[in-house]
Amino acid sequence: MRLMNSLGGTRQVLLNRYGPLLPALALVGLLYGGGLLLAVAQSVGLYGLGHAGFTLQGYGELLRDREVIGSLGLSLGVAGLATGLSVLFGLGLALGLRGLGGWAIWIGQLTLPIPHLVGVAGMLLLLAPSGWLARLAFQLGWIASDQDFPLWVNDRGYVGVLIYWLWKEIPFAALVILTLLRSMGRDLEQQARLLGASGWQCFWAVTLPLLRPGLLATSILIFGFVFSSFEIPFLLGPTYPRTLPVLIYQRFTHINLDQRQQAIALGVILLGVAVAVVSLAAGVLEEAGSRPKRGKQP
Amino acid sequence: MRRESVPFTRVAPWRWKALHRVGIGGLALIGFSPFGVLGLWAFTRVWSFPDGLPQEWSFAGWQWAFDSGSQVGSGFSQSLSIALITTLLALLLGIPAGRVLGRQAVPAWIRLILLLPIITSPLAVLMGLQGVLIRLRLEGTLLGVVLVHLIPVIPYMALVMGSVFSRFDFGYETQARSLGADPWQVWWQVTLPLVAPGMAIGAVFAFLISWNEFLLTFFIGGGRVLTLPMLLYGLLQGGNNTLVATVAILSVLPGWLALWGVSVCLEKAVGLSPAE
Repeated sequence: MRLMNSLGGTRQVLLNRYGPLLPALALVGLLYGGGLLLAVAQSVGLYGLGHAGFTLQGYGELLRDREVIGSLGLSLGVAGLATGLSVLFGLGLALGLRGLGGWAIWIGQLTLPIPHLVGVAGMLLLLAPSGWLARLAFQLGWIASDQDFPLWVNDRGYVGVLIYWLWKEIPFAALVILTLLRSMGRDLEQQARLLGASGWQCFWAVTLPLLRPGLLATSILIFGFVFSSFEIPFLLGPTYPRTLPVLIYQRFTHINLDQRQQAIALGVILLGVAVAVVSLAAGVLEEAGSRPKRGKQP
Repeated sequence: MRRESVPFTRVAPWRWKALHRVGIGGLALIGFSPFGVLGLWAFTRVWSFPDGLPQEWSFAGWQWAFDSGSQVGSGFSQSLSIALITTLLALLLGIPAGRVLGRQAVPAWIRLILLLPIITSPLAVLMGLQGVLIRLRLEGTLLGVVLVHLIPVIPYMALVMGSVFSRFDFGYETQARSLGADPWQVWWQVTLPLVAPGMAIGAVFAFLISWNEFLLTFFIGGGRVLTLPMLLYGLLQGGNNTLVATVAILSVLPGWLALWGVSVCLEKAVGLSPAE
């Protein structure tokens, strides 16, 4: 009886503490968690059209499918390259903007609310063979006709997709890094300079280590976003090779029901890879966060 | 404590400074060039290949957009109502959740549940949900689209409000209550005014996430819920650059307006620009 009472009491305390969280958590859990569970159940044949009992055959087939492995590699490559270059150039841009006033941040913020489709439309009008850059090159006498302009949209090299991501994510990375730089202040750097460090030494030994957790967190966000983005490779990429999200869409809308089943399994794989990469990077982040504490020990 | 101004860098010569400014300005120009091209195309009738500027200017794109026969007006209002309903629901659920997140340590898995929908692709989840939404007859309806838009928006709002409440001094509430205010008064007269600036930022970004959403609407809208991104997608397939540019500009404007509005309000309210 006393046990029952104390259990009830604990429940009451928990409800008081976490109760206001429940509606939000329940809705997200129901939609996201429920959707994920249904996807997993469908991908192993436990639910949905043509379900025939538990089987992992779908996953086995997919992991032997050359096109799937190629798409996965392509997605990882595009996301990795876009993330690395965005953070690198974003860091450079942030350092360049550091001394300037708040107007630089304000201009950078203008790029944040731009819908992806608007960016894609702008890129197409700029980069396409008859786009504005090609016209500029023609006027300057660099090319003789639109045939000579390099193919930068819907190209198999994913140049257009990469240019889009750099255009979108460099300002984002720069904004985050600029905010970090401002909250960091210049005290430590001034100290280092006062003690005789060169500008370069100061950057490597003071600024960069201080920024590292922020840089890693920014990279995680950008990578996760680029890796699983659908509309950009769908609209700016070629019809072949396809990134994983585009391949998923294609198989999901296929007339053949087996392909639909495969698409759902591929979606689960996409999610699994993204979570693995993100948690790996987050693990590194945590370790980096705990390192200075250890370093402080005399 | 002695504080001297330290000569951190040598005073840059004016040439270096000017070069710096020109460089940054050039980068900004490159960054905004896609909009420049969109802006030109939106007022164009004829603009064929080798010319750098349109041969014939016109307002034909805008006349078409504001004509009741085109779907731009209904797309705009549909986008607007979906984004507003989503934002409102996210505020309703996100504020209490953020209060808990900001006030006390919560188990890591709760944060994980909230983070996952923001940083991972909704593709797998969408394909799983689609069958259920079809069975509930929500596929292709406004309500169904609002529901799936809530998947990334609610966690986002909860986390933003969490960081707002982590800087909120709950002592104000205790004080107000000890002076005899009822919970409702405490909320309206003490808490709300103090968290309003953070709430405004959260609401603007929640609105923008929903307003810009393509994939979720594409899968669940079933081609029947025609938001502005869906309309733009259709136009991109068609290849009339003037119409594409007109709708593109129409879909950026609310975002910029909202951002501008919130920054003006914040400066008035607390003398702080959101960049700080």
